[in-house]
Amino acid sequence: MCTVCGCGEGETRIEGEAVDHHHEHHHHGHHHDHSHSHEHGPDHHHYGQGPAHAHAPGMSQGRMVQIEQDILGKNNQYAAHNRGFFKGKGVLALNLVSSPGSGKTSLLTRSIEDLKSNHEVSVIEGDQQTANDADRIRETGVKAIQINTGKGCHLDAHMVGHAVESLDLPANSLLFIENVGNLVCPAAFDLGEAHKVAILSVTEGEDKPLKYPDMFHASDLMILNKTDLLPYLDFDVEKCIEYARRVNPNIEVLQLSAKSGEGMDTWYRWIESRMPAK
Amino acid sequence: MHEMSICEGILQVLEEQAKEQSFDRIKTVWLEIGQLAGVELEALRFGFDVVTRNSLAEHAKLEIIELPGQAWCLQCAKTVSVSQRFDACPDCGGYQLQVTQGDELRIKELEVE
Repeated sequence: MCTVCGCGEGETRIEGEAVDHHHEHHHHGHHHDHSHSHEHGPDHHHYGQGPAHAHAPGMSQGRMVQIEQDILGKNNQYAAHNRGFFKGKGVLALNLVSSPGSGKTSLLTRSIEDLKSNHEVSVIEGDQQTANDADRIRETGVKAIQINTGKGCHLDAHMVGHAVESLDLPANSLLFIENVGNLVCPAAFDLGEAHKVAILSVTEGEDKPLKYPDMFHASDLMILNKTDLLPYLDFDVEKCIEYARRVNPNIEVLQLSAKSGEGMDTWYRWIESRMPAK
Repeated sequence: MHEMSICEGILQVLEEQAKEQSFDRIKTVWLEIGQLAGVELEALRFGFDVVTRNSLAEHAKLEIIELPGQAWCLQCAKTVSVSQRFDACPDCGGYQLQVTQGDELRIKELEVE
């Protein structure tokens, strides 16, 4: 793993390439293994194989050191850097989080189809393995980059920073970051996004906001997806919204179906109202 | 399982500090972990032992200071205790709470040599 920000450097790959660390990561010996195959092509990031750490302990007197340091401080520094970069370019970055199978990628492909005539759109796709999602996104004609986190369970600001370098984002554009399908870990990692958007499909339990409170607490918007299926389910929409507001009184809620298109206009208006002024 | 990443983050800070403050070995690490920080302490201890193997903090003792969750209740206009994000205010039963303590994730102090 990358010990700068705690990302899964040992496993993560961006479009098939181990991330090349220009900054000084380790003051001890550190060797990246670049012997992996490059089957995914140039738009696919993976991270290198984790090296063993080696240290030579010395001999000296014991003492106390006060440090008072935030453990996620490094990630937050990278996130602040990303945020500054997005702001400077007028990029609206949205971090989409959900459990696997909530319909994130379908929501994204439909949104891109509908928005791409008005906005330039780019996508960063996070998954443990495969470039399937980035391939699906590229079929819509927009730029997408795949990050594979390997064994890692979340994207972090450091990986996103590297992915952004290879994306060459246009000014005043829209960036969707599709996080790893996981309602736990991505909550703790700021990527520099303007908003976290939690997507919950109505085929899941309405009590998910209570079961995974950190994620709904960290998100500014909850999208209830697959509402076309509501007639066939016992999902209690009001209850779900009430639960979400318990963990986050300020969370906004939109209901839509990426399949039928119902409610998609409210989502587009939500995005439009947050695009930085040109 | 982001406890492992958190441990990697801790080791990184320790290595930086070792360089800045000239020490070679860490005997004890004190962490402040808030009750609402989303960290499983057992997983954190396990991850710490694994991550610090062959490092300057190998066999270091991990002392965890747990900080209880606190929130400001907008309706009662006072600080109340919460143990989870979705807790209601223990006094008024409302959910208009702003967490004021409990999401800390901090390395507080080290015993080094």
